[in-house]
Amino acid sequence: MPAVSKGDGMRGLAVFISDIRNCKSKEAEIKRINKELANIRSKFKGDKALDGYSKKKYVCKLLFIFLLGHDIDFGHMEAVNLLSSNKYTEKQIGYLFISVLVNSNSDLIRLINNAIKNDLSSRNPTFMNLALHCIANVGSREMAEAFAADVPRILVAGDTMDSVKQSAALCLLRLNRTSPDLIPMGEWTSRVVHLLNDQHLGVVTAATSLIITLAQKNPDDFKTSVSLAVARLSRIVTSASTDLQDYTYYFVAAPWLSVKLLRLLQCYPPPEDAAIRGRLTECLETILNKAQEPPKSKKVQHSNAKNAVLFEAISLIIHHDSEPTLLVRACNQLGQFLQHRETNLRYLALESMCTLASSEFSHEAVKTHIETVINALKTERDVSVRQRAVDLLYAMCDRSNAKQIVAEMLSYLETADYSIREEIVLKVAILAEKYAVEYTWYVDTILNLIRIAGDYVSEEVWYRVIQIVINRDDVQGYAAKTVFEALQAPACHENLVKVGGYILGEFGNLIAGDPRSSPLIQFNLLHSKFHLCSVPTRALLLSAYVKFINLFPEVKGTIQEVLRSDSQLRNADVELQQRAVEYLRLSCIASTDILATVLEEMPPFPERESSILAKLKKKKGSGTVSDVEDTRKERNTNVNGSTDHTTATTNTKPSPSSFVSDLLAAAPPPTNRPRPVPSSSILHMPLSPLSPQAYAVHSAAPLTPFYQVTSSPSSDLLGLGNSSAVNSGSPPAASNAASLLVDVFSESLPVAPLGTASAPIIEENFSRFVCKNNGVLYENQLLQIGLKSEFRQNLGRMYVFYGNKTSTQFLNFSASVVCHEPLNAQLNVHTKTADPVVDGGAQLQQILNIECLSDFVEAPVLNINFRYGGSVQNIAVRLPVTLNKFFQPTEMMSQDFFQRWKQLSDPQQEVQKIFKAKHSMDTEITKAKIIGFGTALLDGVDPNPSNFVGAGVIHTKTIQVGCLLRLEPNTQAQMYRLTLRTSRGSVSQRLCDLLSEQF
Amino acid sequence: MIGGLFIYNHKGEVLISRVYRDDIGRNAVDAFRVNVIHARQQVRSPVTNIARTSFFHVKRSNIWLAAVTKQNVNAAMVFEFLYKMCDVMTAYFGKISEENIKNNFVLIYELLDEILDFGYPQNSETGALKTFITQQGIKSQLQTKEEQSQITSQVTGQIGWRREGIKYRRNELFLDVLESVNLLMSPQGQVLSAHVSGRVVMKSYLSGMPECKFGMNDKIVIDKQGKGGTTDEAGKSSGKQSIAIDDCTFHQCVRLSKFDSERSISFIPPDGEYELMRYRTTKDIILPFRVIPLVREVGRTKLEVKVVIKSNFKPSLLAQKIEVRIPTPLNTSGVQVICMKGKAKYKASENAIVWKIKRMAGMKESQISAEIELLPTNDKKKWARPPISMNFEVPFAPSGLKVRYLKVFEPKLNYSDHDVIKWVRYIGRSGIYETRC
Repeated sequence: MPAVSKGDGMRGLAVFISDIRNCKSKEAEIKRINKELANIRSKFKGDKALDGYSKKKYVCKLLFIFLLGHDIDFGHMEAVNLLSSNKYTEKQIGYLFISVLVNSNSDLIRLINNAIKNDLSSRNPTFMNLALHCIANVGSREMAEAFAADVPRILVAGDTMDSVKQSAALCLLRLNRTSPDLIPMGEWTSRVVHLLNDQHLGVVTAATSLIITLAQKNPDDFKTSVSLAVARLSRIVTSASTDLQDYTYYFVAAPWLSVKLLRLLQCYPPPEDAAIRGRLTECLETILNKAQEPPKSKKVQHSNAKNAVLFEAISLIIHHDSEPTLLVRACNQLGQFLQHRETNLRYLALESMCTLASSEFSHEAVKTHIETVINALKTERDVSVRQRAVDLLYAMCDRSNAKQIVAEMLSYLETADYSIREEIVLKVAILAEKYAVEYTWYVDTILNLIRIAGDYVSEEVWYRVIQIVINRDDVQGYAAKTVFEALQAPACHENLVKVGGYILGEFGNLIAGDPRSSPLIQFNLLHSKFHLCSVPTRALLLSAYVKFINLFPEVKGTIQEVLRSDSQLRNADVELQQRAVEYLRLSCIASTDILATVLEEMPPFPERESSILAKLKKKKGSGTVSDVEDTRKERNTNVNGSTDHTTATTNTKPSPSSFVSDLLAAAPPPTNRPRPVPSSSILHMPLSPLSPQAYAVHSAAPLTPFYQVTSSPSSDLLGLGNSSAVNSGSPPAASNAASLLVDVFSESLPVAPLGTASAPIIEENFSRFVCKNNGVLYENQLLQIGLKSEFRQNLGRMYVFYGNKTSTQFLNFSASVVCHEPLNAQLNVHTKTADPVVDGGAQLQQILNIECLSDFVEAPVLNINFRYGGSVQNIAVRLPVTLNKFFQPTEMMSQDFFQRWKQLSDPQQEVQKIFKAKHSMDTEITKAKIIGFGTALLDGVDPNPSNFVGAGVIHTKTIQVGCLLRLEPNTQAQMYRLTLRTSRGSVSQRLCDLLSEQF
Repeated sequence: MIGGLFIYNHKGEVLISRVYRDDIGRNAVDAFRVNVIHARQQVRSPVTNIARTSFFHVKRSNIWLAAVTKQNVNAAMVFEFLYKMCDVMTAYFGKISEENIKNNFVLIYELLDEILDFGYPQNSETGALKTFITQQGIKSQLQTKEEQSQITSQVTGQIGWRREGIKYRRNELFLDVLESVNLLMSPQGQVLSAHVSGRVVMKSYLSGMPECKFGMNDKIVIDKQGKGGTTDEAGKSSGKQSIAIDDCTFHQCVRLSKFDSERSISFIPPDGEYELMRYRTTKDIILPFRVIPLVREVGRTKLEVKVVIKSNFKPSLLAQKIEVRIPTPLNTSGVQVICMKGKAKYKASENAIVWKIKRMAGMKESQISAEIELLPTNDKKKWARPPISMNFEVPFAPSGLKVRYLKVFEPKLNYSDHDVIKWVRYIGRSGIYETRC
C-alpha cells in the first residue's frame, strides 16, 4: 500500500484495518465489515460526487474486505473511474482493484480496456507501466486480444523509456505464455532481438526472457540473437565486477542476465561463424576460470550467483557438445563440486555429470570420478542426491568399469531406500546385460540381484535372464548349475524359484550327469518350494515338471504321482487344475516321440528392445538417465548430425560393446532353425506364467491333430478369458508367434497398436468422399461414423461423429489416426482425444486437424477401439483424406489454359486414362463431381462443348502443384478419356486414379 | 468416558487443560484448535472427529469448552455434562469469560477433579459442591471432624443433593415457569412450525428433609382424574385447560418410579436454586404476537417495507422488551424509518432494521414502515429475503401450563404445608420467533 504513512495516507483505511485487527471474534469482525460496507454504499450512492481521494480510500477498503474473504459486488465502477485519474496513487489503486477483482466477463471490461489504451498511449512512463502491469497481471485471453498489437509496438518503439520497455517485454512474455496464438509475429520480432544491444541492462534482461520463449517456438526468426547474445555475454563476463553498478550482485556481474543469455544460447546449435564461436568459447572459459578464483565474498549469495552462472555455462557446453577441452574442464569443475559441503551443489554436480557422461568427449573424464561417486552413494545423507549418484553411475558405466559399478550398486542395494530400489534393480539388470563380458558373470549378477532384492525384481528382469539363457547355448549349463545351487538355500525368493523352474525345466538335463543334481534331486528341490509359491509360480513349476517328464523318463512316475494328487487335480485354481489334468493326460497317452516334439526346448527369442529398458523408461519421469539419453540422442542428431554413442537400446544399433545383440545377430531366426515341424512350438511357451496368451497366440498357428484333440478347448477357453489375446486376434505367422514373446511379456500389453496391425481396414465408402466432404463413412450394428470436413489451402479440419447405435455404453472408447510410412512425413493429423465413454444412443464428436506437408498417395487410417458389453471392438477405417482435398480452384481464360497446358508437356507430367463409365453419363452430375473434386470447372475453354475442363492448384506446406484436367466423354461407347497434367508426375497419377474411379 | 477437557479462549489459546485418560495425547489440544477454532470454514457441527478422536464442544460467548474422547461415548451425556459444567462455573464465579476463567483457574481444576472421575461424571450439583469446594479456602481448624465426615456421607449417600440439618426461620419456596416460544410463520400467516420449550426452576429454602409434590395441568393426569372423578363435566372443563406435554426430563431428585406409575412429581428438593424439570409442547400454543409483513420492490433501487405487529393475549397483561428485527438487503445504501410506537433504527453492522418497544399491552397493534434505498450491483443474485425475527417477554406461559399445587410435607419437623410461603411466576420469552416476508 503506497504512502499510508503521512500526508497522502488514508487515515480512514488505517483506522478500519486496525479495527478489524482488534476484533475479538469473527462475529465482531463481520459486524465491523457490514458497517463499513453500508457506509461505503451510502457514500457511493450519495448524490454529491466523491473526490478522488475518498474514492481511492473506499476502493482500498473494499479491496481489503475482499482480501479478507468477503464478497464484493459493487464499487467496480468507482475503481474504473480511478483509472482515469491523473494522480499516481489513485490510478494505482484503481489498477490494483481491477487486477484483483474484475473478472473477464464483466460489462466493465470495455471501459477498462479503454482506460488501459489511454494510458498506453499517454507519454507518461509511470502510467504506461501501470497499464502494462495490469495487462500482465490479469493476463486473460481478452486482455491478450485487446492489446496483442499495442504491447509489441511499445516494446520496439524508439522513444519508449527503458522502464516501460522492460515492463512491455515482460508483459508480452506473459501474454505469450497464456495465449500464444494471439500474439502476431511481425516485423517487431527482429527489432526485439536488437534489444539485446540496449544500453540498459534491465531492458536486456527482460528482453532475453522474452526472446528465450519466442525462440523456443520459432527458432529461425531469432537466429540473429545468437551473435548478439554472445557479444553481450562476453561484455558481461569480461567486465570488472564494479562496472555494472546496479546489476552487480555480490561481486557477480549481472548473474541473472548471464544465466538467461546462456539459456538463450541453448536454444541453438553452436554458432557457425568461427569468430562468434571463438568468442563464446572464450566466455565459457572465462566463466570456468572464474570458478577457480577464490571467492570474493563469504556470503552464500555470492557463491550461489557464481555457481548459477557456472552451471548454466556447463549445460551450454554440454548442449553444444563440440569442444572437448571445455567438456573436460566442465567435468573437472563438477568433480570439485562432488565433494562440496553444500548438498545442493553436490546434487547439481551429479545431475550435470549424468549428461556429461553421455558425451563422447567427456565420458572418460567423468569416469575418473567413479570413486567419489561411489563414495557419495555410500555416505550421502540426502536420498535425492543418492538417487542422482545412482543415475550417474548408470550413465558412466561402460565395459571397463561395469563389473565394479554393478558390484557397488548391488552392495548398495542392500541398504538402499525402498523408494529407489526397484529402479536400481532395473539399472543393475540392464548394465549387467549390456556390458557383460562373460555370461557366467551375468547370470551370477542377476541371481544375486534376485537374492538381495527379490521383491523389487520386476517380471521383466527375470524374463530377460531367461531370454538370454535360452538364446545362448554356452551359458545354459552354467545357468542350470548356478540356479540349482541357488535354489538349495533354505529361503528362496519366489522370483528365484521362477527362474529356477524355468531353467531347470529347459536345461536340467545338462547337469543331470552329476549325481549331486540327479533328476530326482532336481525335481525334489523344485517341488520343495512348490507349496510356498503363488499360483502363477506354481503353474510355471507344473510346466517345468512336464518338461522333466520329457527330459528324464526315469522320474516320470514320481511326477505323475504329484500331478495326480488331489491338491493338483482338484485344485481350486482353474489354471493349476487344468495344467495338472492336461499334463497328466499328455504324459500318460502321448508316445515318447510326441512328448519330445511337444515338449521341445524353447526356440530362441528374436531380439527386441530390452523390455527392462522399456520398463525403466516408463517408470522414470523427467530428468532421469534414460530420458536424458533420449533427449541427448535427439539433440545430437539435430545439432551435430551424429548419433549417440552410449544409447542403451540394444536394438537400435548393434553396438560392439553389447554382447547380447552380438549373439542375437548371430543366432539364426527361429524359422531357419532345424525344427521337426512348425507346429512343435505349441508348448514352447507354457513355462511362462503368462501362458494363456501364449496358448491363444499359438493356437492360431497350424496345429497338429493331436494338439487339437487334447487341448484346443482349453486354449479357446483361455483365449476367451483374456482380452488381450482376443485383441490381438490376428493370425500371426508361425515365425511371428515366437517373436511375440516380448510383447506378451511386457506387462501392459499395448492393445491398440497390436489391434491396429490386425484389424482389416475398411474402405468401402472411401471413394464416395473423393468428391464430397460430408456423409456417413462407416456403419455397422453398433456404430455409425459420420464425417464433416472442411479444407482450406493446405489445412483441413475434420469432424468425426461416432454414433452409438446401441442402448448400452461403449467403454474405453478411443479413436486414433495412424499414418503409416511414408504418409506420416507427408501429412500431419492432429487428433483431439475423445471421451472414453459413449453413452447408448449418444453421439461423440472428435475433431481432427489435418495439415498437408507434401503430396501423398496413401490415406490415413482411423483406428477405433472400444468395449461393448464384455468384448473389445476394433475397427479400422480409411479416412477419406485425399490429395484433391487441398485443391484451390483456379479460374482462367481459354488462352491461359492452353498456354499452361503446353508448358506441362513433359511426358511424366501427363497422365491419361481411358475407362468405361460406371454410372450414367449425366452432364450435370459430371460437372458437380468435377467441382466437388476441387478444381474450377472452366466453361468455353475446350472447343468441344461436351468436354469438361478443370484447373486448380494443390496446396501443401512445402509445394504448390498446379493442375489441369480434361475429361472427354464418349456417350456412344460409354467411355471416358481423362487427361491430367500437373507439374509433378506423382500428383498427376494419384489424381487420375482418384478421379477416374468417380465416373 | 470423557478422556479430557479443554477450555480455549477465542484465539484458541488453552486456558484450562485437564486430561483424564492416557489415550488422549498432548497433540489433541492442538488438533482441536487447528481443525475447529481456526478452521477456514466455520465448523457448525458440535461433534468433530479428528484422527479417531471425538471432540464435543460448546461455546459460551468467546470461550470454547471441548470434551475429548477416543471411545464411543454417549454424545448426549457428554453435552449434558458440558452444560452442567457451564452451570457450575456460572454458579461459582458468574459470567464465563476469559478473565473469570483465568482468575479462577485453581477453582476450576478443583471442580474438574471433583465432577469428573477418570472421565466418568460425578456429582455436579452446585449446592452440594459448594459445601466442600469453596473459593475462600477451607480453614481446617474450624471444621470439626464430624462436619467432614458428614460431607463424606452426604456426597456418597443416597440423597447426595441435600444435606441434613438445614434450618430456616422462614420456610419459603419460589417457583418459576420459564418458557420460550419458537415459531416459523409464512407471509400469509400460516404457522409452519411452532413449539414451546419450558423449564420449571425452583428456589427452595426449606428446613429439614421435606418431601414435595408438584402438580400441573398435564393432560394425562387431568384425564385420569376426570375418568376417576364423578362427572364427565368436570373432566371436560378441566380438559380444556390441560396441556399435552410431548416430553419432559427431571432433576435427579424427582422419583422417577413414582412418575412412571402415578405420573405424580414428588421429590426431596435440593437446597437453593435448581431446575426441577424441562419439557416441550407443540400443541395449542398461544402465540403472543403476530407479525404481518409487507415488502414491495419499487424498481431496482428501492424497497418499501411495512410491518404490523399484533399482540394476542389478555389486555390486562403487558409484554416487555419487544424487539423486531427486519433484515435489509446486502446492497442497502440508505434507510428511512417511521414507526408509531417505540424506537426503530437501521443497524448497518447487522444488516437489519431493529425496532424496539418497551411495553405493549394485549390485543393491541403497532406498525412500522421503512423505505430502503439500494445500490445497483453487478451481481445478478436475488436477495434471499431472510425472515423477520422478533424478541419479547410476556408474563404467562404460552404453552398454557398452569401450576395446580405444590405441597410440602416434613414429618419430622413441626411445620406443615400451610406454613410454607410459596411464590409462583410465569415468564414466556421468544425463542426463534420468525415470520417470512
